[in-house]
Amino acid sequence: MATEILMPALSPTMEEGTLAKWLVKEGDKVSSGDILAEIETDKATMEFEAVDEGVIGKILIAEGTEGVKVNTAIAVLVEEGESVDEVPDQARDAATPASEPGPQPSAKAPAAAKPAAAVADTTPDWAADVEVRKTTVREALRDAMAEEMRRDDSVFLMGEEVAEYQGAYKISQGLLDEFGAKRVIDTPITEHGFAGIATGAAFGGLKPIVEFMTFNFAMQAIDHIINSAAKTLYMSGGQMGAPMVFRGPNGAAARVGAQHSQDYAAWYMQIPGLKVVMPYSAADAKGLMKTAIRDPNPVIFLENEILYGKSFDVPIMDDFTIPFGKAKIERAGDDVTIVSFGIGMTYALAAAEKLAEEGISAEVINLRTLRPMDTETILASVRKTNRCVTVEEGWPQGSVGSYISSVIMQQAFDYLDAPVINCTGKDVPMPYAANLEKHALLTVDEVVAACKHVTYR
Amino acid sequence: MPPKQAAAKSNVSAEELLGHYREMLLIRRFEEKAGQLYGMGLIGGFCHLYIGQEAVVVGLEAAAGEGDKRVTSYRDHGHMLACGMDPKGIMAELTGREGGFSKGKGGSMHMFSKEKHFYGGHGIVGAQVPLGAGLAFADKYKGNDRVTFAYFGDGAANQGQVYETYNMAQLWDLPVIFVIENNGYAMGTSVVRSTKSPSLWERGAAYGIKGEEVDGMNVLAVKEAGERAVAHCRSGKGPYILEVKTYRYRGHSMSDPAKYRTRDEVQKMRDERDPIEQVRDMLLTGKHATDDDLKAIDKEIKAVVNEAAEFSKESPEPHLDELWTDIYATEIPQEA
Repeated sequence: MATEILMPALSPTMEEGTLAKWLVKEGDKVSSGDILAEIETDKATMEFEAVDEGVIGKILIAEGTEGVKVNTAIAVLVEEGESVDEVPDQARDAATPASEPGPQPSAKAPAAAKPAAAVADTTPDWAADVEVRKTTVREALRDAMAEEMRRDDSVFLMGEEVAEYQGAYKISQGLLDEFGAKRVIDTPITEHGFAGIATGAAFGGLKPIVEFMTFNFAMQAIDHIINSAAKTLYMSGGQMGAPMVFRGPNGAAARVGAQHSQDYAAWYMQIPGLKVVMPYSAADAKGLMKTAIRDPNPVIFLENEILYGKSFDVPIMDDFTIPFGKAKIERAGDDVTIVSFGIGMTYALAAAEKLAEEGISAEVINLRTLRPMDTETILASVRKTNRCVTVEEGWPQGSVGSYISSVIMQQAFDYLDAPVINCTGKDVPMPYAANLEKHALLTVDEVVAACKHVTYR
Repeated sequence: MPPKQAAAKSNVSAEELLGHYREMLLIRRFEEKAGQLYGMGLIGGFCHLYIGQEAVVVGLEAAAGEGDKRVTSYRDHGHMLACGMDPKGIMAELTGREGGFSKGKGGSMHMFSKEKHFYGGHGIVGAQVPLGAGLAFADKYKGNDRVTFAYFGDGAANQGQVYETYNMAQLWDLPVIFVIENNGYAMGTSVVRSTKSPSLWERGAAYGIKGEEVDGMNVLAVKEAGERAVAHCRSGKGPYILEVKTYRYRGHSMSDPAKYRTRDEVQKMRDERDPIEQVRDMLLTGKHATDDDLKAIDKEIKAVVNEAAEFSKESPEPHLDELWTDIYATEIPQEA
């Protein structure tokens, strides 16, 4: 049966092209792979090959013709001995690409991908009668990992110095002794490689915990975190994903300069497919780490070196977890809402204390998870105080605070009595000199000043 | 060691040769059809065809066992067909339809099949190499004897993460076969223009990894080398490298005019070393099949491919609700 040869699309953006030259003439016999013509696309001149075998029955578009639309019939291919007149009209119709589909119901609201509680959940993390123990953030993280490793054989820890050295920051102290070298694995200093291996292991059914000595070094591995771990569930149509945790200290420590002091909260928070946690207290660290290890998605767990040694009450419970997407009101107040997370909470709480001395009552919200973000708790508080200040050590442009500001503006604009202020780290690489470093970070006084500004005091 | 020659042809059964012929032909006809559908605007974006390289995956799949895993780059259609994924689901993914393996959300470069242990389909050059080692890590951790084939090209062979992975794979004795599909060109840059030491498998020696070069146009040579690699990995001796010398007849992607090589070079390869023609000759000269037998297979393959193409056109586009699904898992995906 005769078939029409159609003007091909030869690049992702090509809609039309020039039929520069015919390399066959009517009556020529062609077979698969023979070059039929040269076609100029928007990018280059391409050779156009035959797919089927046959005889060129008729050339429909002369060489040198410009602006030939994709899918226009340019020649007719016939079988040997067949005449061109036998080409059925339907040949063209059969080759037309599928038409636009009929109207479909509009897509669901983005809320489906961003599970946020419709109403702020203010239940306490543990019951009032539960005993607590003073625990450092460091011990809480270790305890959480150990409990989950006891619970599930497929959980393992890998990273630089996590095993024999007992952790560069001693987070994995004792884990090698309890779980052995099969499950607590020292890696060479190759973040890109071991993040990829861990992601592959997660595809293969394990639940890796990857420790980055600091998140600064995870920039070497960010391709696997985002392109491999975060996107595969979507790209596979739900067939496979990466249940795993990437954890380690994030942000400024002290006097380690520009390359070791970056806060990545805003970076990772932007990625659909990732969940992002930034705990403040030891209880946050423990309850959220256990949730992170059990979560079937890749979780970014941003710790802080300065907080590692701080002690907080942690409930004595067999299985203490904190759900993602649930902020905690650390201090109730009426005049201004301060929203923060991680190390930022130290500035927020100190500022609230100072403000109280001056008769300003600040409500302090500890976000704990940045994705999913508990915006309902923020909005409920802002509707009460009518003022908001966000606090983080990261840079100002594209900050977590700027996202929170946009949420408040869109959903509680009428409640605001002042523009939201974002207190952030300064817009500079981290300097080494002690005095400069102090000023590059936030200060409690800056937070106090911002709160006074929005309360017109 | 020097390239291994194919096993004595007399030892190969007609049934095996016909199987290789059929599978390689399916890939070639499928890819030709994909090129055609791309030309018609039914397939969008990037589309990297496997034509010319068919013997690599067909030979290695013949050496693979039940439960073995595979992962590759964006030039992935051949791998999926060779491991038994349904041509209809592959073609429908290329056209971005609901019936595709990723429900139309992955496309040509990002496709997966848990059932067939095919772990993608990855669009970032070299990323599949540590991912493949990670799959092997999981099998070793679980204590089974499965192996993983991690395919990558001569271009990816210059990626730093490949060498990070070689080091850890050998350090931890991971059962992974690194398959370097050396088709001579990393997009438009030939191996000699990108690589100072052109013997890519020998780089494994720096890590103590055994390997060899293989004639990738000869399916029997590929299978035999694959069997050596599988035996090495399965016995717990760690990774193995196969540098398979192959050739792609088409451009890097559909929009590549391939001006970096001569038409004669391509034609010579097609005329003298074509992997399908080689098996066809063996079948005919060995009197394993007649011309009519092969014509019947051709016809049968053509029907399979046409059916896949029809399905890929008729399958509806994904429902708009699909935009918002599969971003987060509600439960932990379990091993098949």
